[in-house]
Amino acid sequence: MAIELKMPALSPTMEEGKLAKWLVKEGDEVTSGDILAEIETDKATMEFEAVDEGTVGKIVVPEGTEGVKVGTVIAMLAGEGEDASAVEAPQPVVEAQQVKSDVTQETPAESGTAQLASEARPKVSDPEVPHGTNMKTSTVREALRDAMAEEMRRDERVFVMGEEVAEYQGAYKVTQGLLEEFGAKRVIDTPITEYGFAGIGTGAAMGGLRPIVEFMTFNFAMQAIDHIINSAAKTNYMSGGQMRCPVVFRGPNGAASRVGAQHSQNYGPWYAQVPGLVVIAPYDASDAKGLLKAAIRCEDPVVFLENELVYGRTFELPELDDHVLPIGKARIMREGKDVTIVSYSIGVGVALEAAEALAAEGIDAEVIDLRTLRPLDKETVLESLAKTNRMVVAEEGFPVCSIASEIAAICMEEGFDDLDAPVVRVCNEDVPLPYAANLEKAALIDAPRVIEAVKKVCYR
Amino acid sequence: MPKAKNAADSGNEPAVAAEEGEDFALRSLQQAHAADRRYKASKEELLHFYEQMLLIRRFEEKAGQLYGLGLIGGFCHLYIGQEAVAVGLQSSLKGGLDSVITGYRDHGHMLAYGIDPKVIMAELTGRHSGISKGKGGSMHMFSVDHKFYGGHGIVGAQVPLGTGLAFSHKYNEDGGVTVAYFGDGAANQGQVYESFNMASLWNLPIVFVVENNQYAMGTAVKRGSAETHFYRRGTAFRIPGMQVDGMDVLEVRKAAEIALEHVRGGNGPVLMELSTYRYRGHSMSDPAKYRSREEVQDVRQKRDPIEHAKAELMEMGVSEASLKDIDKRMRALVTEAADFAESSPEPEMSELYTDVLVERY
Repeated sequence: MAIELKMPALSPTMEEGKLAKWLVKEGDEVTSGDILAEIETDKATMEFEAVDEGTVGKIVVPEGTEGVKVGTVIAMLAGEGEDASAVEAPQPVVEAQQVKSDVTQETPAESGTAQLASEARPKVSDPEVPHGTNMKTSTVREALRDAMAEEMRRDERVFVMGEEVAEYQGAYKVTQGLLEEFGAKRVIDTPITEYGFAGIGTGAAMGGLRPIVEFMTFNFAMQAIDHIINSAAKTNYMSGGQMRCPVVFRGPNGAASRVGAQHSQNYGPWYAQVPGLVVIAPYDASDAKGLLKAAIRCEDPVVFLENELVYGRTFELPELDDHVLPIGKARIMREGKDVTIVSYSIGVGVALEAAEALAAEGIDAEVIDLRTLRPLDKETVLESLAKTNRMVVAEEGFPVCSIASEIAAICMEEGFDDLDAPVVRVCNEDVPLPYAANLEKAALIDAPRVIEAVKKVCYR
Repeated sequence: MPKAKNAADSGNEPAVAAEEGEDFALRSLQQAHAADRRYKASKEELLHFYEQMLLIRRFEEKAGQLYGLGLIGGFCHLYIGQEAVAVGLQSSLKGGLDSVITGYRDHGHMLAYGIDPKVIMAELTGRHSGISKGKGGSMHMFSVDHKFYGGHGIVGAQVPLGTGLAFSHKYNEDGGVTVAYFGDGAANQGQVYESFNMASLWNLPIVFVVENNQYAMGTAVKRGSAETHFYRRGTAFRIPGMQVDGMDVLEVRKAAEIALEHVRGGNGPVLMELSTYRYRGHSMSDPAKYRSREEVQDVRQKRDPIEHAKAELMEMGVSEASLKDIDKRMRALVTEAADFAESSPEPEMSELYTDVLVERY
């Protein structure tokens, strides 16, 4: 019986990929462990290995084919005693062989992070971008890379260090191509020692350089948090303003797909609590680029929180020679008059989805992207509250002592007279993020929960 | 050596020889130092070292006194007994180029790097004219002008920070070296070894200095450290070690020169262990239950770095009267610093909100 070789899923979120290269040809003998092909996703290039022994019968998908869906048959393998040349590829309509089993199979629920996906895009252009600027499309990943590359061209003191940032081209491909352009002096692979290299980056900033320290994810920055808080954030104050620490700590933050509790946490509220830090958590490509460039130029230590699930999303990006955005300014992503939904990072997509659905029901929601978590743009939040008199905060993160809690407190203290209803928080469930798909789904925020909260504050 | 013979029989001789060669590299500085232990100081040089050590001693005694009067608050860690370490090492550095970083027991390193005692004392009393405008205190003092980068309160944190300073020297190709001081207690922090690894891997210009004063707060070295020979702890990272008598300023100075020559030659980091002793408690509130009074008294009488230098100076023909004059001058300097620190105003209330961030957003 010929064996079907199917396009593999090489990461939890991979849906399709490019069949970059076949390393075998029809008629080749292969044994398990042989590398058959190279497959590229937007994140990485991976090798596809043989599991079974046999002879390559038919190559169904030629190399160079883009957008090959996971599970597509890409080649046929003839087993022992079979005539490889006679092996036929299955017709697309023919169903794959049935699994013979008495066990009832349930299709597992899709990952909870699927509900964080969003096709909604900002409805209002950023007033910081000059009117009439040409726009191109870019992924957030490319925007971040370009921000770093532009700043490295501009200032010799800027360098990038972190795990797999150089030769591997970035664990999430954010630093792709930087090693080639800037060399090993300025694009530095570190050993897996977050505490150590966060301290070294901080010390280098004290010594006058402009380090960008990449954490593979912010979960691992927990090992390094002492240097972020005690060494980087407090030194300018403790030195009476003598010793600056212009370092950027950046990397993906927040829930990722099916990676469980230790790899899925939003640290925004943790860092936003600390005087001496600037904390930025952008959503779209324009903000990612404009704010990362601002962060690198900034004289203060910056925690720059990205989101793995957003890296591959495409947005409009202004075509400007030097697209730098102001730190500490929220952005109105959609104008509305009935209710304000405040969010940041991946939550903004959820909020926009909710707003679109609400519009169909006659509720006109304004969506604010905080963009910077510290210092927080209270003014924009309070102005919006004064207009809509109702507020919901959507946050992909724990509810207790969250940014949402802070927004609620600000509205109580400084916007009480404008409130027609209590501020409602829509956050993840107050549990470590579970692995099982159905539980993960239940734990994370989604548009329906935001819609429900909006209706509640609108008494609808 | 039967082992070597067996290796030769099995054809492994070159590998063994190479390993022995590498082991020698790790010991080479120690051996160079053993062959030439003490710096040959001129009378003027030794007088200068004596003066600096005395300044630190008198300064710290005064700080202890002001603490007792309630003029200094919080934690205050005195350097009395360890003076030869900072003076011997820092006298061999290039001021204005080489950077220095240390932990919370930082007054001595600042004085040894030429920072004005007045602004240090005023920081201890929490006054506006203190080096950190009164906002840092004893453990958090910095002088970027002097390339003194603190003064860090978290045990061991200065080691990766210092490694980062060394990284910036190398990146800027300025020829500078970093000296990063830490104690025998900090030497057990994991981040120290993360720093050793990267400093060696990247060949950074740094001298790691363990000031082994025998006690991590109240924990004697042998109660807290599986390997009590701290100079050996770089071996796993291919960092050569040196064991130095930290109570003899001329031995420290000589060892520093050997280490710095190695580091400035582009050979990567060196780890020095300086055996020393603190006479006072860990901080001002120390129960003094973990060691005997006799032990402290014994070191004071037999190994005191200042008395040692004094005896040597007198052998060189310096009169006791002129040494007393130096002491008088140092006492006067310290008194002046204390008066300044007591009479300076506290910070303006507006300082509460300054320097949190550099920029406005």
